[in-house]
Amino acid sequence: MIRFDNVSKTYPKQNRPALMDVSLEIEKGEFVFLVGSSGSGKSTFLRLLLREERPSQGAVHVLGKDLGRLSNWKVPHMRRQLGTVFQDFRLLPNKTVAQNVAFALEVIGKPKAAINKVVPEVLDLVGLAGKEDRMPGELSGGEQQRVAIARAFVNRPMLLIADEPTGNLDPQNSVGIMKLLDRINRTGTTVLMATHDQAIVDQMRKRVIELDKGHLVRDQSRGVYGYQH
Amino acid sequence: MRAQFVMSEIGVGLRRNLTMTIAVVVSVALSLALAGASLLVRDQVNSMKGFWYDKVQVAVYLCNKSDAKQYASCSGGAVTDQQRTQIKADLLKLPVVADVQYENKQDAYKHWKEMNPDNPLTGVVGADGLPESFRVKLKDPQQYDVIASAFAGKPGVQSVEDQRKILDNLFGLLNGLQTVAFGVMSLMVCVALLLIVNTVRVSAFSRRRETGIMRLVGASNFYVQMPFIAEAAFAALLGAALASGLLLVGNLFVHNWLQPRVQFIHFIGLPEVMRVIPLLVVIGMGMAAVAAFFTLRKYLKV
Ligand SMILES: Nc1ncnc2c1ncn2[C@@H]1O[C@H](COP(=O)(O)OP(=O)(O)OP(=O)(O)O)[C@@H](O)[C@H]1O
Ligand SMILES: [Mg+2]
Repeated sequence: MIRFDNVSKTYPKQNRPALMDVSLEIEKGEFVFLVGSSGSGKSTFLRLLLREERPSQGAVHVLGKDLGRLSNWKVPHMRRQLGTVFQDFRLLPNKTVAQNVAFALEVIGKPKAAINKVVPEVLDLVGLAGKEDRMPGELSGGEQQRVAIARAFVNRPMLLIADEPTGNLDPQNSVGIMKLLDRINRTGTTVLMATHDQAIVDQMRKRVIELDKGHLVRDQSRGVYGYQH
Repeated sequence: MRAQFVMSEIGVGLRRNLTMTIAVVVSVALSLALAGASLLVRDQVNSMKGFWYDKVQVAVYLCNKSDAKQYASCSGGAVTDQQRTQIKADLLKLPVVADVQYENKQDAYKHWKEMNPDNPLTGVVGADGLPESFRVKLKDPQQYDVIASAFAGKPGVQSVEDQRKILDNLFGLLNGLQTVAFGVMSLMVCVALLLIVNTVRVSAFSRRRETGIMRLVGASNFYVQMPFIAEAAFAALLGAALASGLLLVGNLFVHNWLQPRVQFIHFIGLPEVMRVIPLLVVIGMGMAAVAAFFTLRKYLKV
């Protein structure tokens, strides 16, 4: 599903690499936490998967494709098989909940009939049935993140990438989001989540990958957040 | 591509920065109107060339009574019958000559009155004051010099005149107008292009949230860029419509106001304008779309 071969990433005009010689593999259906202190390279790791950035060295494989060999015009098709969720939700404030989810399908050219069918289904799945016509501003943070997850999942991606999805949420809402991500993982979707949330990582006991200043320092199945933080 | 989705996106985008849209529409309209005008002036010149070059010939003026002092070749006074016959025979011998017509003083006076209906001299100038002439039609109108060098200064020939020279002044003026229109148009096109680039930039910036999400969920470049390109092209279409309106109004002006006053010129009209309009639409929309496309390449990377 995901393979990093000796991947290093140095941003232009930076002398310290954001990622340094990282190699790892993630199998289909896994649930993986990506932890590490601020600036350790978690978001960089995720951006390489999305091909928003390219590695300075090494190769990134996603869904069996070497992203370094993927031509630019094929990148959108690759991204359709990934779902992405961020700390700041990234919803469109002038569209309703249902329209926000539908937008993701409209812009990849899905037919209207299919959109009308799957949008209520996925909103039901994330627990937002009955709130289709609310505006994002009328929702709690947890609910907004559910909309974002619905949008990321509506296309049934093979891989869900979440960059600190609970970063802006209180513990109660965070637990709700984690339950949702766990449910999504149980449908067979691989979930890769970068987080600072110790309680969640310790509770879920999933595979934990830890980065420190760009180096891979720990890869532990059924791991915990860590001791030194 | 869902047309309805694209149309609503265009509408939102254009209304979002209405002032910029208006600036683009107006500048595109002016550029295209000038482009259209200079194309039409060229059509006009060509139509006049075709019309007049056919009619206008080399005139070999023969000596009049009063020319004796002024022209050395007329020292013998008015042209004699013998000279006239000789000149005509010599003209017909030249291979470049297609046809020779004789115009006597009365005909010359009649034509002169037709061309100058309001000239106060009409009463004063009698038929006697105008020279008789041979109107020579050439196989190739450029071969004027052959006639000039063969006949200028011959006894009985007052002067040889290439009537196209008179028209060339007029055409020179029209060509000058066309060049000016073209120059102003080039400036306007630059202004229009800068405005389009800027509008697209502002539009891309104000919609960066949408485009960010579009890229994230895997919208193709075509889908991401389409609304902006369509927006620019649509504004250009409005500009082209406005330019077409201006040309049609100009056409009405020429035919209702100018034509009655300048009767000796046949002005081109609606068919020519209608032929230019689709061209303006295509050029305007194409220009805007290409400008938008190249702007976006810089601002919306994959
Ligand atoms: N676009 C960029 N240009 C230059 N340097 C960058 C860029 N993005 C990140 N960096 C640098 O790369 C390093 C890793 O950043 P990254 O965002 O991957 O960290 P992170 O682990 O996600 O941190 P956080 O937990 O705060 O989100 C940092 O030192 C950061 O300053
Ligand atoms: Mg980060």
